Amino acid sequence: MQKSLNIDPEKCTGCLQCELACSYDNEGVFNPSKSRIKVFKFEDAGRFVPYTCTQCDEAWCMQACPVDAISLDTTTGAKVVSDTLCVGCKVCTIACPFGTVNYNSSTGKVIKCDLCEGEPACATACPTAAITYVDANWTGLDKMRAWAEKTDAGTQVSA
Amino acid sequence: MTYVVVGAGPSGVVAAETLRKADPSVDVVLIGDEPEPPYSRMAIPYYLTGKVDETGTYLRKTDGHYDTKGIRYLEGRVASVDADAGKVALEDGSSQDYSKLLICTGASPIKPPVEGLDSPGVHHCWTLEDARQIIGVAHEGADVVLIGAGFIACIILEALVERGVNLTVVEMEDRMLPRMMDETGGEMIKRWCEKKGVSVQTGVRVTKVQYSDGAGDGHLAVDLDNGSQLPANLVVVAAGVASNTGFLGGSGVKVEDGIVVDNRLMSSVDGIYAAGDCAQGPDFSTGGWSVHAIQPTAVDHARVAALNMVGQDAPYRGSLVMNVLDTMGLVSVSYGAWEGVDEGEQSVVVDEEGFKYLRLEFLGDHIVGALSLGRTEHVGVLRGLIQNRTPLGEWKTILMANPQRYMEAYVDHSQ
Repeated sequence: MQKSLNIDPEKCTGCLQCELACSYDNEGVFNPSKSRIKVFKFEDAGRFVPYTCTQCDEAWCMQACPVDAISLDTTTGAKVVSDTLCVGCKVCTIACPFGTVNYNSSTGKVIKCDLCEGEPACATACPTAAITYVDANWTGLDKMRAWAEKTDAGTQVSA
Repeated sequence: MTYVVVGAGPSGVVAAETLRKADPSVDVVLIGDEPEPPYSRMAIPYYLTGKVDETGTYLRKTDGHYDTKGIRYLEGRVASVDADAGKVALEDGSSQDYSKLLICTGASPIKPPVEGLDSPGVHHCWTLEDARQIIGVAHEGADVVLIGAGFIACIILEALVERGVNLTVVEMEDRMLPRMMDETGGEMIKRWCEKKGVSVQTGVRVTKVQYSDGAGDGHLAVDLDNGSQLPANLVVVAAGVASNTGFLGGSGVKVEDGIVVDNRLMSSVDGIYAAGDCAQGPDFSTGGWSVHAIQPTAVDHARVAALNMVGQDAPYRGSLVMNVLDTMGLVSVSYGAWEGVDEGEQSVVVDEEGFKYLRLEFLGDHIVGALSLGRTEHVGVLRGLIQNRTPLGEWKTILMANPQRYMEAYVDHSQ
């Protein structure tokens, strides 16, 4: 059974442990600006929303890459950037309608969530279970997927 | 059944793969006209800088990829199409029958009507072979004149600077990136280039290029219409591209700016489809028909065309024009109707000193276009907001006051 990140904003306290864990695990630095998960703060409503790639089926990033540098990890379902192949052209960063592929100017490559090879550091670090890694068909990702399908990019059917 | 795909750029390759996957029973033939494995022109600047070698530009990296996929790759150049007979004629005299045909012949650089552009030392930067020629001349300290300051020119610009050449850019229009940036953005990029030591001359035309047969790399002199003359070891011409459709004469396929296709990517001739830079397809922003010569449109077109060819019902709802450019570290992005629309509204924030700029264009309750400079975080969401036609609600007022909060608007709306 493939697993997915399940995000429950109701449980998020805005502690940013996920951002620190992500940047440390993937980039070797405690630097939220290098994190692949981002917590958005809605001050007026007193609400925090962790946000990252949903590994959507449409995979616009992977489709748009001109050098085949983004591939599907068939074990986790993650769309994974190869640092060796990525030339840093950034087309994926504008093709992803969720804004979850970002350019890292210190490496000249793009970064996105790769589910940490099946052990997401953000979920491990989250003290309130706002981010969990659970069976894919159980998660509240349906809402995000529905959102993804609404994005009018290309066609409604896939091969 | 034989599906023939003409052109082995990103569109042709994705189409051939999609055809194969969608219908394992048919023959898929992919015809490319360059003596290289299918590669990405977008990767050429990174080959020029040495960030990747030639194989790094290849669209698919696995040896024998096309054989493995059951795609027959044919090297040749199509000379004409006989739609009645279902046959394409190749320039070498051979021919290939097809049941359905997909044209992905892309575009070619335009050579402006300037005397001397056929001289040695004058190159486009379009093919891998062009890139090899440029690498041979663009050594550290070499004088290089780049004609054009559009999107493609600007991509090459950065690579040339990284090679350490002494670069002058000459653009006949009044600003850099006239089709991707407004005056504010274009001026900001120009100022950035000049700060980095690149001479940029806008509103100036090249009137003549002269070659004198000297030693080594040769000697070129570039005459400008302001009366000055630039010495050069290399002249690179990047003055726009045009769709490759010349071979369609007599085929009955209707061509305007590109091959006119319907929302299934089929041309005016039954069974002949077109995709990518050569296709004039549905335009998301205008509701009309446009050539959008960009990578995301090339692959979207390819998938939609291929699915319709095999008999699936795959309507295409139009391409959104989008570009991203890195000019020596200054990243610029443009989306959709960034010039604004009738009865639209605009929200702008400019930081001239910090080289940051953001312009959002609205129509009623949603965003229809955007320009951004100096920003790399979450830019893709602008595509989401535009293509979803996301109703902004209370966020409209917030974004009118501060356009930089677009990501929050999106996240809030997605909950």
